[in-house]
Amino acid sequence: MGRDQWRAALRNPVGAAAAGLLVLLAVLAVVAPILWGDAAEETDPAALSQGSTSEHPLGTDALGRDIMLRVLVATRYSLGLALLATAICVVAGVLLGVLPAVLGRRAGRLVTGTVNLAVAFPGLLLALFFAVIFGVGARGAVLAIGLAGAPSFARLVQTNVAAVSGRDFVAAARLAGVGRFRLVARHLLPNIGEPLVVNATVMAGSALLAFAGLSFLGLGVQPPAYDWGRLLGEGLDRIYINPAAALAPGVAVVVAGLAFTLLGESIAQVVGVRAVRRRRPPVGDQAAAAAAAGSAPETPGDTVLVADDLRVGFPAPRGGWTYPVDGVGLTVRPGETVGIVGESGSGKSLTALAVAQLAPDTADVTAARLEVAGVEPRGRPESEVRELLGTKVAMVFQDPMTSFNPSMRVGTQLAEVTRVHEGQGRRAALARAVDRLRTVRVPAPERRAHQYPHEFSGGMRQRAMVAMGLMSTPELIIADEPTTALDVTVQRQVLRLLKDVQAETGAAVVLISHDIAVVAQLCERVVVMYAGRVVEELPVGQLGAAAHPYTRALLASVPDLATDRERPLATIPGRPPDPADRPEGCAFAPRCAFADDACRVRPGLAAVAPEQRAACWHPRSQPLDLVLDVLSGGRS
Amino acid sequence: MTTTPVTPPTAPVTPSAAPATSAVAAWVGNPWARFLLRRTGRLLVSLAVLVTLAFLMIHLIPGDPVRAALGVTAPPDLVEARREALGLNDPIGVQLADYVRALFAGDLGTSMTSGVSVSETIGQRLPATASLAVAAFVVVMLAAVPLGLAMAVLTRGGRRRGAELGFTSTSAVGAAIPEFLLAVGLVFVFGVTLGWFPVAGRGDAASYVLPVVALALGPALLMARIVRVEALAVMDEDFVRTARAKRLPPLRVHLRHVFPNALTSTLTIGGLLLSGMIVGTVLVENVFAWPGMGMTIVSSILAKDYPVVQGIVLVYGAAVLLVNLVVDVLLALADPRSTIREG
Repeated sequence: MGRDQWRAALRNPVGAAAAGLLVLLAVLAVVAPILWGDAAEETDPAALSQGSTSEHPLGTDALGRDIMLRVLVATRYSLGLALLATAICVVAGVLLGVLPAVLGRRAGRLVTGTVNLAVAFPGLLLALFFAVIFGVGARGAVLAIGLAGAPSFARLVQTNVAAVSGRDFVAAARLAGVGRFRLVARHLLPNIGEPLVVNATVMAGSALLAFAGLSFLGLGVQPPAYDWGRLLGEGLDRIYINPAAALAPGVAVVVAGLAFTLLGESIAQVVGVRAVRRRRPPVGDQAAAAAAAGSAPETPGDTVLVADDLRVGFPAPRGGWTYPVDGVGLTVRPGETVGIVGESGSGKSLTALAVAQLAPDTADVTAARLEVAGVEPRGRPESEVRELLGTKVAMVFQDPMTSFNPSMRVGTQLAEVTRVHEGQGRRAALARAVDRLRTVRVPAPERRAHQYPHEFSGGMRQRAMVAMGLMSTPELIIADEPTTALDVTVQRQVLRLLKDVQAETGAAVVLISHDIAVVAQLCERVVVMYAGRVVEELPVGQLGAAAHPYTRALLASVPDLATDRERPLATIPGRPPDPADRPEGCAFAPRCAFADDACRVRPGLAAVAPEQRAACWHPRSQPLDLVLDVLSGGRS
Repeated sequence: MTTTPVTPPTAPVTPSAAPATSAVAAWVGNPWARFLLRRTGRLLVSLAVLVTLAFLMIHLIPGDPVRAALGVTAPPDLVEARREALGLNDPIGVQLADYVRALFAGDLGTSMTSGVSVSETIGQRLPATASLAVAAFVVVMLAAVPLGLAMAVLTRGGRRRGAELGFTSTSAVGAAIPEFLLAVGLVFVFGVTLGWFPVAGRGDAASYVLPVVALALGPALLMARIVRVEALAVMDEDFVRTARAKRLPPLRVHLRHVFPNALTSTLTIGGLLLSGMIVGTVLVENVFAWPGMGMTIVSSILAKDYPVVQGIVLVYGAAVLLVNLVVDVLLALADPRSTIREG
């Protein structure tokens, strides 16, 4: 435990209060018996079992002794016994915990097994067991509580030792021939000290409470000695006459126990990380940025998706806001297939989530205009949006392993969609789920519907995911990297499936991928995103005439059969900028071979050819030498 | 990543998939059978250790337990006769064998002080303790799961920092107060001051209120904390996003998709809490003069009535082991993927 961490723990108000209380208790433990030790023993036959009086603020016990003084004086005994029990617990726990590392394999496993068995029993049961053996009284109770806590402490030591033993320096020490005991003393224990100190602190708190419990039961401290537990037990008998006699020692126990526990926990917490606060960005921030952003063209006729100047912001760790999606315009017509491509971090997935009203809770989504399946979702209550979009928009997510609920059968997860949105009965919904699984060519769909996701292969899970999107008749299917986790053969199957589905249902498809070759196989139109903005959009057939240097770089990085294997694979040098740290003008300029002073000003999307727009001051016009056969191979 | 649709070997066997080979092979190959076999084996080992320890307890006591029980003034021939009656003069192996044999016959020995059979005493006292522990456990589950889930929903994504801080600090403090001190506080407020509930003895439903609350409050708060943290972790999972993408109502998302996947740790902690509560009854019973095993074991320890102590320790220990077994089986049922495989 570093000095800084102690300090940080003390700066925490809870930690500071706990530490302050412990100091106060320590002072009391030293001072109280000296000052009031004799007065607390003084019997007053004139004041037996009294309630609160001016002379005895908390009343007196059956022999006329002052309760308040007795509670104060008992601090020393109560704390001392608890600490003694803690010491026994820690020593026994560390010995038991380290033994497996010192002993041979077989003896070590025996110790581990014994500890595991003992941990299964609650501490109080062990304490009662040991209290019987060691006898009733303070000595027996200290031993009983110390030993009862030892197994769980030993388990903790074992876990930590096991974690450290695997590290290189221990292996190195072992190879260097360092003896077992030396290994433990010099290499293992010093490296697990931190969690052990924290837990010993918490342990002291529970030892104090346990001791109070045993004394309360009459199994701990015996008269004429007294601790808080004993006083509590005596006070409870007369709770109707003088409640303070029971409550005062009880409060003392709770306060002291909490002080230990909270100090330990606030030390442990210092290591942890605080959660991000939820905030709203300042309005001016958006307005200023909105003025600079490009916008989607006015689209005549009907659309299934229109987003204009879409921005998604997150609170930055050091204050302010970052915009991973920063003014995106996107239009999708009915039945159209549009691909969004870009490197990871370009904001393409977040764009999709935001238009589908599924952005994370902490995100702030704004747009000049947003319409999904003919619905303006903003400003409507959530339940209405769910109802309106429930059957019209389907999502197909990346990584079907984690995107299915592992504890629900696949068929149930599919059926849920129509049961909720179309009010179908269980049977009818399941029948439809089986039918849709058959549509996406899952073999033996009746049986598969009753299986759990983990019983599916990766490709089959992804097809089931598509089937889930088809439970209703969606107008728009948003597929976010649907093929990324799959191998090439399965990838082709899923793409073909999406294409078939699109042909059959007439739904529009938005396909998001980092792989421009995948997009080219399926889509009619390609939208290229970079650093949260659209940098180019063009029909797939015109990819050879891509104007933006970034689009051309993406195309050049696709390997094909004609790629010269002797040459290194083309990559785009550099990395996309962090959303919090984007350059002023064109975000691609630092990686662009054609960048000059003009690129210090952000370019807007401008037409470079019919149906083709690019955001670049220096659009390229030289046709690319593309092997379009490979790019659009899946289309024919 | 598997690309062929093979059924993993650990999948629950569906009727259509069961191989038509010999029944024995199917039985051995069935992961459930293997799991139950292994788990039962572990239970038997634990029980054997428990019985041995309970038996040894009386021998580990320094000095002569009979002399200690009867007092220093007891005549030597009485002590000797009692030793003989308890079989303490036989070789220890014979004693253990006798003890185990008697145990199988349901004979836990006879009380040294009252002469009543221990199993009879336990039979009288067990229902009071069991009803207290079960009632408290039900209260914990009914209170903690909705509270934890609700707090998770309210405070997800760093919302309502105030509510979060209030909940975490209140529950931390509440869970740290031991049940017997809480019991004393409850007695003072609701028994002495307000006079709403009886403060001692077991009678009608009202007499259950204070002991059950004393026993359940701390574990309920602890459990609510765990449920909240687990549910928050599950809410960040991809499949919850899928559920939201299916536009399911929030209640359905939380109850069908979030909670079942937070169940594993809830069950594990629930089992630990139940074991703790079974033994926690000892303290609560002594506060409320509840006529259960907890009162008996304490007075027996004080009276050095070792056969009774032995018997009650056995019952508590066996109850804890049984709870652990049930939790492990429930875990295996709740998690279709992994639990069965682990030792």
